[in-house]
Amino acid sequence: MAGRILVFAEQRDGKVRKSTFEALGRAAELGDEVHAVLVGSAVAQIAPMLGNYGAKVVHCAEDPSFELYSGEGYAAALSAAIDAAAPDLVLVIATAMGKDLAPRAAARKQLCMLSDCITLDEIGGAFEATKSMYGGQVFAKVRATGKPVLATLRPSAYPAPEPSSDTAAMESLSVAVSEVGAKVVEVLKQEEGALDVQEADVVVTGGRGLKSPENFHLIEELAGVLGGAVGASRAAVDAGWIDHAHQVGQTGKAISPKLYIAVGVSGAIQHLAGMRTAKCIVAVNKDADAPIFSIADYGIVGDLFKIMPVLTEEIRKARD
Amino acid sequence: MKILVCMKQVPSSEARIVVAGDGKAIDPTDVEMIVNPYDEYALEEALRIKEARGEGEGEVIVLSVGPEKVKEAIRSCLAMGADRGILVKDDAYLGGDGLGVARILADVIRTQEPDLVLCGKLSIDVENNCVGIAVAEFLGWPHVSLVNKLEWPEEKNAKATREIEGGREVIEFGLPAVVTAEKGLNEPRYASLKGIMQAKRKPIEEVTPSVAMPAAGVEIVSMAPPPERGGGQKFEGEPEDVVPQVVTLLKTEAKVL
Ligand SMILES: Cc1cc2nc3c(=O)[nH]c(=O)nc-3n(C[C@H](O)[C@H](O)[C@H](O)COP(=O)(O)OP(=O)(O)OC[C@H]3O[C@@H](n4cnc5c(N)ncnc54)[C@H](O)[C@@H]3O)c2cc1C
Ligand SMILES: Nc1ncnc2c1ncn2[C@@H]1O[C@H](COP(=O)(O)O)[C@@H](O)[C@H]1O
Repeated sequence: MAGRILVFAEQRDGKVRKSTFEALGRAAELGDEVHAVLVGSAVAQIAPMLGNYGAKVVHCAEDPSFELYSGEGYAAALSAAIDAAAPDLVLVIATAMGKDLAPRAAARKQLCMLSDCITLDEIGGAFEATKSMYGGQVFAKVRATGKPVLATLRPSAYPAPEPSSDTAAMESLSVAVSEVGAKVVEVLKQEEGALDVQEADVVVTGGRGLKSPENFHLIEELAGVLGGAVGASRAAVDAGWIDHAHQVGQTGKAISPKLYIAVGVSGAIQHLAGMRTAKCIVAVNKDADAPIFSIADYGIVGDLFKIMPVLTEEIRKARD
Repeated sequence: MKILVCMKQVPSSEARIVVAGDGKAIDPTDVEMIVNPYDEYALEEALRIKEARGEGEGEVIVLSVGPEKVKEAIRSCLAMGADRGILVKDDAYLGGDGLGVARILADVIRTQEPDLVLCGKLSIDVENNCVGIAVAEFLGWPHVSLVNKLEWPEEKNAKATREIEGGREVIEFGLPAVVTAEKGLNEPRYASLKGIMQAKRKPIEEVTPSVAMPAAGVEIVSMAPPPERGGGQKFEGEPEDVVPQVVTLLKTEAKVL
């Protein structure tokens, strides 16, 4: 079994990202002892609750300059936590922040890096991951040849554990803070409250079959009923119907939600690259031969404009 | 301004990829090789920055690690407008180990002393999303990743925008720095006939880095096509009839509602 595992707990505005709990859960399965590191301007008060998900010790790096993310600043903090915890494995979630931070820290601490892991195991003493390559056309098993290892985990790759009532011990971390060269000066929030496709357990995606941007309300309504996020195919994004942040696929986001509902999406290989690891896939398409049906668990053949109102209503009833 | 673009040659995103017999690499037969699309955004941005600073000013250098064949991709970059190319020839190079490559790139970049290094956000073959950022760390420079907008309020001070979950970050930085390009940064140009002709006379230098290619920190154990999901159940008929059946299955069989 892997020894100690350090999880980078991602937070923004004092809110811990859900995927952090997934990483803590996987860390508890893989290792003997789970530590976490929290970086921010005032984060100590959220440290204990990371114990609910398996962290024994939380290393807190607090500094006013950590209020907003910076690659250099956070890499210094993560490196200090690596020194303090001396882990065999560092886990970071492959979000915009995690993907930015991980290579910097791995390069600094000379770790082996496994990126965007869909699975992560310890086999014969080495860390081994499954990752997507060639636009999702290949699933590769890659092995880190040494330790320590830093791995970024794709969001939703592992389930978050049920929280316990355990709390974590807090240890403050001293980080030599220096002026950063690239500084976030502003965070522009979009669509306040809208759930990100990478965060959501349920994603309902609209494609070109919707025919116009107005018809996205059919997608939004079902997503609303399910408490899920709205996704889009590249065709819908390129047509200007919806922002690129919603795009699922090779040039969009790769996601593994519990439930993925594709509506008016043909299922091009580049789209499948982003969602084939969903646990359950439902497709609505009028073309019985659409490739999306070849990977859908439940396919409904027919006109989406007739199907969506019924589907939304039936799901609403089923959840009551 | 002297701008260096890190470019990787990769199989075309349109290519059908087949895993080779040994199950550890892809079969290169009939696979068209192209400039990594994100590196094209990086190159286009470099050319625009150079052009905006005026005639005869600055230089755009393309740097790549890979086998001899990569010269074709470098040539395409020269045809788009880059001034010269540098190849670190490594025939065995596969690219699974991003940090190892980053160390080599950083070593060569130091000898060139550029003001700005542009990379793609990821190479579409190994999808590591790490080389550019690691290069910045090895150089001790700041980096900004996933940039989809880059402005220059001052000659050596830039303002970049990157997409994050639920919004955008605006980042200010000075030079030297490393920027990694995301889709949306620009629309890359096509090489003109004149550009293609000129490219033939532009130099591609082969260099040997001062550091040896480090022992790989990551090795490929096996490759396979993505796991089959096997088509599930398909329902055809009046929505009023089939939709309730599917919803019942989602609840009782898939247990996702
Ligand atoms: C390098 C590269 C990267 C790419 N990256 C991505 C990516 O990240 N994500 C992505 O999605 N695509 C990506 N693509 C594009 C991809 O190849 C497809 O073009 C795109 O996914 C098609 O989107 P679509 O399914 O919405 O549209 P279409 O392929 O046009 O499909 C529309 C579907 O809607 C159905 N339909 C129409 N009307 C109705 C109706 N009334 N009721 C029910 N069904 C209906 C049709 O039968 C059809 O199957 C990429 C392509 C390339 C070359
Ligand atoms: N062999 C290479 N030669 C030059 N640049 C590279 C190489 N590999 C990766 N890069 C650069 O690093 C970026 C990210 O690649 P990766 O981390 O492999 O996904 C690419 O878009 C290139 O700009």
